[in-house]
Amino acid sequence: MSQVLEQGRDRFLALAARVPGGGALDALRAEGVAAFTAQGLPGTRLEEWRYTNVAPLAAIEWSDAAEHLSVARSALEAVASPVFACGLEVFVDGVHHAELDGTQRADQVQELADAATAPAALATLADAKRHPFVALNGALTRDGAAVSLDGDDQRAVHLVFAEASADVASHPRVVIETAPGARGTVIVDHVSLGLARHYSNAVIEVRVAENASLDVVVLQRTNDASFHTGHLAARVERNGRLRTHTLSLGGCFVRNDLEVTLAGEGAECVMNGLYLGTGDQLIDNHTWVDHAVPHGRSEELYKGVLGGRSKGVFRGRVMVRPDAQKTDARQSNPNLLLADGAEIDTKPQLEIYADDVKCSHGSTIGRLDPESLFYLRSRGIGVEAARLLLTRGFAAEVLNALPEPALAETLGAVFADRLERSGGVA
Amino acid sequence: MLEIKNLHATAGDAEILKGIDLSIGAGEVHAIMGPNGSGKSTLAGVLAGRPAFAVTEGSIRYKGEDLLELEPEKRALAGIFLAFQYPVEIPGVTNNYFLKASLNAIRTARGEEEVDAMDFLTLVKEKMKIVEMPQDLMGRSINEGFSGGEKKRNEILQMLLLEPSFMVLDETDSGLDIDALRVVANGVNHLRGPERSMLVITHYQRLLDYIVPDVVHVLSEGRIVRSGGKELAHELEEKGYGWIEGASAP
Amino acid sequence: MSETIEQLADREYEYGFVTDIEMERIPKGLNADIVRLISSKNDEPEWLLAWRLKALERFQKMLAEGHHPTWAKVSYPEIDYQDMYYYAAPKPKKELESLDEVDPELLATYDKLGIPLLEQKRLAGVAVDAVFDSVSVATTYKDELEKQGILFGSFSDAVKDHPELIQKYLGSVVPYSDNFFAALNSAVFSDGSFAYVPKGVRCPMELSTYFRINAQETGQFERTLIVAEEGAYVSYLEGCTAPMRDENQLHAAVVELVALDDAQIKYSTVQNWYPGDKNGKGGIYNFVTKRGACRGKRSKISWTQVETGSAITWKYPSCILQGDDSVGEFYSVALTNNMQQADTGTKMIHIGKNTKSTIISKGISAGRGQQSYRGLVRMGPKAHGSRNYSQCDSLLLGDKCGAHTFPYLEVKNASSTVEHEATTSKIGEDQLFYCRQRGISEEDAISMIVNGFCKEVLRELPMEFAVEAQKLLGVSLEGSVG
Repeated sequence: MSQVLEQGRDRFLALAARVPGGGALDALRAEGVAAFTAQGLPGTRLEEWRYTNVAPLAAIEWSDAAEHLSVARSALEAVASPVFACGLEVFVDGVHHAELDGTQRADQVQELADAATAPAALATLADAKRHPFVALNGALTRDGAAVSLDGDDQRAVHLVFAEASADVASHPRVVIETAPGARGTVIVDHVSLGLARHYSNAVIEVRVAENASLDVVVLQRTNDASFHTGHLAARVERNGRLRTHTLSLGGCFVRNDLEVTLAGEGAECVMNGLYLGTGDQLIDNHTWVDHAVPHGRSEELYKGVLGGRSKGVFRGRVMVRPDAQKTDARQSNPNLLLADGAEIDTKPQLEIYADDVKCSHGSTIGRLDPESLFYLRSRGIGVEAARLLLTRGFAAEVLNALPEPALAETLGAVFADRLERSGGVA
Repeated sequence: MLEIKNLHATAGDAEILKGIDLSIGAGEVHAIMGPNGSGKSTLAGVLAGRPAFAVTEGSIRYKGEDLLELEPEKRALAGIFLAFQYPVEIPGVTNNYFLKASLNAIRTARGEEEVDAMDFLTLVKEKMKIVEMPQDLMGRSINEGFSGGEKKRNEILQMLLLEPSFMVLDETDSGLDIDALRVVANGVNHLRGPERSMLVITHYQRLLDYIVPDVVHVLSEGRIVRSGGKELAHELEEKGYGWIEGASAP
Repeated sequence: MSETIEQLADREYEYGFVTDIEMERIPKGLNADIVRLISSKNDEPEWLLAWRLKALERFQKMLAEGHHPTWAKVSYPEIDYQDMYYYAAPKPKKELESLDEVDPELLATYDKLGIPLLEQKRLAGVAVDAVFDSVSVATTYKDELEKQGILFGSFSDAVKDHPELIQKYLGSVVPYSDNFFAALNSAVFSDGSFAYVPKGVRCPMELSTYFRINAQETGQFERTLIVAEEGAYVSYLEGCTAPMRDENQLHAAVVELVALDDAQIKYSTVQNWYPGDKNGKGGIYNFVTKRGACRGKRSKISWTQVETGSAITWKYPSCILQGDDSVGEFYSVALTNNMQQADTGTKMIHIGKNTKSTIISKGISAGRGQQSYRGLVRMGPKAHGSRNYSQCDSLLLGDKCGAHTFPYLEVKNASSTVEHEATTSKIGEDQLFYCRQRGISEEDAISMIVNGFCKEVLRELPMEFAVEAQKLLGVSLEGSVG
């Protein structure tokens, strides 16, 4: 391990020693400290981190949230106002701020810091031994949310993780469990209050029960100085259906890990992703779908737009285990490079140990189609507007798959605004 | 030509055919009609030897021979042809090559000489005219990217080339518009003759306006519940399948 | 279906015989003295020995530091590099005046392999260099080729006759420090083929090397170097077989290709090393580094490989597309059966402007075979307007095999286009039934489908090799010849 990674590890471990004990999270923290001590911060010699150097993150001296900040509701609403009716739950610098919660509190949500016992799925899905940042989250988490969905037609749950203080690292934990046959939508929304540099390291664990259907939207729209690592681990039981939407529209260093196990026959998952790189951003998405049993279906679409000097990384791993016959797995990763300084490193990957399967993946990298651009211009649309239009069109497929049209509209605007402001289309 | 006695067949654990008796003489055209799930396609599959079905009881004799003893390709060589309901796509293998391999296998089995590439081409062109099929389909991979109508025409083209003596048409009319239906039926009628027999499986009566059957059977829940002349098809069309369901065999 | 596939899987290896011939071998083991001995066998100049010793030093360092490559998806017990012979040659090796002086045993061996060497019998239109264990034993059509300025023959002769060319190009594409097995090869390589086509010359016949491993407990480390000067064209083929033995044998070759402005090199391989028996006993470890440099503008290097043999294959024929408008191609069919493992693919490194690459990889896994496609496409920051298209398909026969795809795509400029597609499927029961219903036997149907699957690659092979590949795959050459 390089010196900077070692220093980073030691600083995080020093922080862990100061996390107050007590409560339902003690076992998680102890396990996290042990696993993080064993692994440290990952270097680029590890295949999983081949294209993403965590040294810039390790070089910063992060601290814990010092105090309970007072945040005005209007300030929050300016960055994370819900666009449709849902239960709102707000955390600032990793700690729950009840005063900011929606008037319609999400009654399916329990704060982890207040829980008498840990939710059943906690630490059973995200593997701290294999993932250093899951271990780090376990070691340093202070709060988070346990969401249990048990009926049909429930209001969506909107969890906002807002970061406000300079150089503070927060490690929120979310556990989502569904009852058999339940339906629901959970939005995990990472935002910044202000322009200060911060780091959020989130872990989300999701269990989709038999016949249940769940949408999980992970939004990452923090400021340009921020760091983010996020890990979502899910398990889908028989005939269950999970749709994830991972949108990376901010930050300077972003790494998302998504691991889905199709554990019951007939289980299905749809993984959608959109990443927009501008300036000097690094955005890395690692996904892994594990077809463990027969008759599973997975469909993955991750679209990337990279401008400026940004760098995108995608690694999509599809594994079909020996028993998982009749698996249908599709993966697609189209990328647009808008500028010469931008870079994309993509690695779609199939590992197939069963024979009666239909699997495919595709990845493309290119620029905006000159013919389309010319067509728009010949109809009187300026070159910049045309590029913007085409780029928005490229992203539309992912945005339109979001569970709420209002969400698609809002995030489409965030996407376009960010693109325009960065001059990425020029 | 074909003698089916007390035929029982299963797919997996489910018994689909529950005692079929059917006798088809040389030159006869029989139609099998019946609602979805009555066992029509299973019967077609069993005749051609589809591995997914198991015969648990009964017999099928074809030209005096025990048909059930024969492997699928041996049945084909003996003159049995199944026009598939869902013709299979085989990427990378051209239609041209496939048909020639098939024709030569069958000619060899009949004791005839293999055709060379030139004669084959002439023969194919002549048959393609009958089913109004565009030339370029021969150079493409088998059924890959074909429209529904092209696939069905391709089935009939194969039938015309191979000149089988017993033909099973498994819902050949499904997915065809009226013009395509006429073309396909025309192709089929080309092969009618005193030495050839046919089993036409269909859900609808309209195909039978073009391929007029000698006998119509109604299949329900794995059994033939009614048999009659071509007017039975019209009766069914008018009254619907509800009319025969529950009715016992005549 | 499974029965027919098993029968296909159980076909005997046809080339498993052993030639009984008196051999000269140097002692087992690997050290500086062994390297000096190999070098002295070939009367090599001092600079080459020095280069070998540097390579040995690098290899020993890598070995000591545990840099044996482990990233490939293959598994095998640790190799004891001291427990094998690094040089074995039929003796006596003396200067041959003509092919008629070649040991009749050797001539009989190549006859049996279908590669007659004697003038009256030899293949028309194909010049053959026959490499037997560590040395080249004969080259046909040598004189005819020389009339046009084309040099073709054994590497060891080239070192003596054209040292300036060897010194200029050896290690210029694959440096000795490139990787573990390249370092090993650079230290101990004994022979191989060298081909040089001068400016503006189109080589009138196929050049071909036939590699045969015969001796026991011996590794084969050949070195091939092909240089095509401005505007030259050459098509080169290699074939490989080995006797059936219970022990594993190591084959660690290095191939370097250099194409200058407007030059074209077409390199085809039919690899049929002994794959081991049904239970995975014996077979060749085929750990090969192959790389071509498109140095010149509009140059083109095309790799075509049919890989059916070897217990383990570890091989990534690559192209460095340095010259503007240069073209790299990789066409591959790999078949793994029984306990065979293959980790193969390519690297296309785009450096120059408007460079183009195509990758077509077809993997067939049967039995308990495990197969991986591993490829890298890199578009450098200055490779403006470059394009890559990759298609990697896997076909599975049987439920105990595996097929894996690991493509790496790295793009650092906005005007390049990369397209990668991969599919995995099996031969469907319904496809087989459809063919059988039309009177085609199951075995023929499987051959037809497999052949259809490989067609795009087989049609890239020169005729002489297409026939051999067809035989190897047990398929008919449907469609690819017209």
